[in-house]
Amino acid sequence: MTEATPRLSTFPLARERTFDPPDELARRRAEAPLQRMTYGDGHEGWLATGYAESRAILADARFSTRPELMHSALPQRVELRRDPLPPGFFLQMDPPDHTRYRRLLTGQFTVRRMKQLEPRIHDITQSRLDAMEREGAPADLVRSFALPIPSLVICEMLGVPYEDREKFQHDSSVILDLEASTDEIRTAMYDLLAYLSELVAAKRKDPGDDMLSGLAASEELTDAEIAGMGLLLLIAGHETTANMLGLGTFALLTNPRQLAVVRDDPDAVENAVEELLRYLSILHIGPTRTALEDVEIGGTLIRAGETVTLSLGAANRDPERFEGGDTLDVTRSAQGHLSFGHGIHQCLGQQLARVEMRIAYPALLRRFPGLRLAVPPEEVPMRATSAVYGVRRLPVLW
Amino acid sequence: MKIKADTGRCVGAGMCALTLPEVFDQSEDDGTVEVLDPEPPAERAAAVRRAVQLCPSGALSLDSIEE
Ligand code: HEM
Ligand code: SF4
Repeated sequence: MTEATPRLSTFPLARERTFDPPDELARRRAEAPLQRMTYGDGHEGWLATGYAESRAILADARFSTRPELMHSALPQRVELRRDPLPPGFFLQMDPPDHTRYRRLLTGQFTVRRMKQLEPRIHDITQSRLDAMEREGAPADLVRSFALPIPSLVICEMLGVPYEDREKFQHDSSVILDLEASTDEIRTAMYDLLAYLSELVAAKRKDPGDDMLSGLAASEELTDAEIAGMGLLLLIAGHETTANMLGLGTFALLTNPRQLAVVRDDPDAVENAVEELLRYLSILHIGPTRTALEDVEIGGTLIRAGETVTLSLGAANRDPERFEGGDTLDVTRSAQGHLSFGHGIHQCLGQQLARVEMRIAYPALLRRFPGLRLAVPPEEVPMRATSAVYGVRRLPVLW
Repeated sequence: MKIKADTGRCVGAGMCALTLPEVFDQSEDDGTVEVLDPEPPAERAAAVRRAVQLCPSGALSLDSIEE
């Protein structure tokens, strides 16, 4: 046996190449797909980089998502874990609380429901493309296309006025900024919660045909719980898809042959979206779980109370599962990727995100067949320190 | 092959309905799984196995003693 490389003391975030996870993670995966890592507060926890190990951990009910049990792999986030969780924020709850909140929403996010939204998403996409054409090149694709489409869709679904977007887009990006201070994050979070609570109170008096009104009508939930659910949906609902659209377009622009497939072959789009999800794995760090009891994963014993941080990016490129996984190949079968997570917290909005991406990528590429970067690729500013990876701006010409 | 679905465990992620809409649907109400064809023909076996594998919550299982 060779001597193991020294234990990591923080989760590596710095990338050597734009579209690849940090090399350190691949090295660690080759060495041991589940290995010890020292956390920001000194906790001796774990780092999971293998596909099979990650999937097993996410599927196992003996792992919790509760923040008060969790140690943070990033020193700057240590303190936040002790803040009380906003009511209704079920991403960080275990059953039965998680089940109770999630069940109230799952009926609204089914495959069939999302199919019914297709015409509306198509209209929103076309009107963004019309606006881009009117305003002319160059454009920042993030501001004019990638961010507005999912923001408009989630606003309409929830019943949040789109006019207030500057506020919630700003607050969400602070909450996701891994370098923001504890105070900045708290302020943004409570600000957004206060905004949503007011909105919920208004909807109780004057309900509309939207999700927040529907939840308010059920009488089962307090305003604070609905605001917490709204907070989760609003943040998860626009930043994620927006970054997939921005980063995905960037990846296609630097891979012209792959781009041509997405533009020219409607039958290839479904698969291409799965491969982009796998290849880009925009969740920069995590998910994170803590063992509630001793659990054995692939022969390694994780003890009760120990925290595991996963890298979905590393898992999705595990050569044991995806051959040649470091290459973007929109014709491969990427089924089984972990980009939406796995287990009971697997993304609630995944069918919505799929519909949005399946419509938006080809519509953009067909409207502007000459779409290209307006700056050299190395000058595109990246979201290097956000929990959701992507481009800050994508200057394009056509 | 017989499909068993535990709606208590189902988290409504829709992987089954996405992968094999001929066999799986989701309730209009709470999004949990509805098995349209609990004993699918043999030529669907591979696709059914894939859908069961993809289910994130372990709500789906197969009874294939008679195979
Ligand atoms: C491409 C876009 C998206 C990606 C890559 C993504 C990724 C993820 C991942 C990895 C998780 C699991 C986190 C964990 O296990 O701790 C998750 C959960 C979640 N996502 Fe998404 N997501 C996307 C889009 C959306 C959209 C559009 C919505 C909303 C409407 C949404 C709402 C949620 C919610 C509510 C959860 C929490 C589910 C639970 O705890 O049961 N996501 N997402
Ligand atoms: S894939 Fe599993 S969790 Fe998702 S709807 Fe089907 S049975 Fe339920």
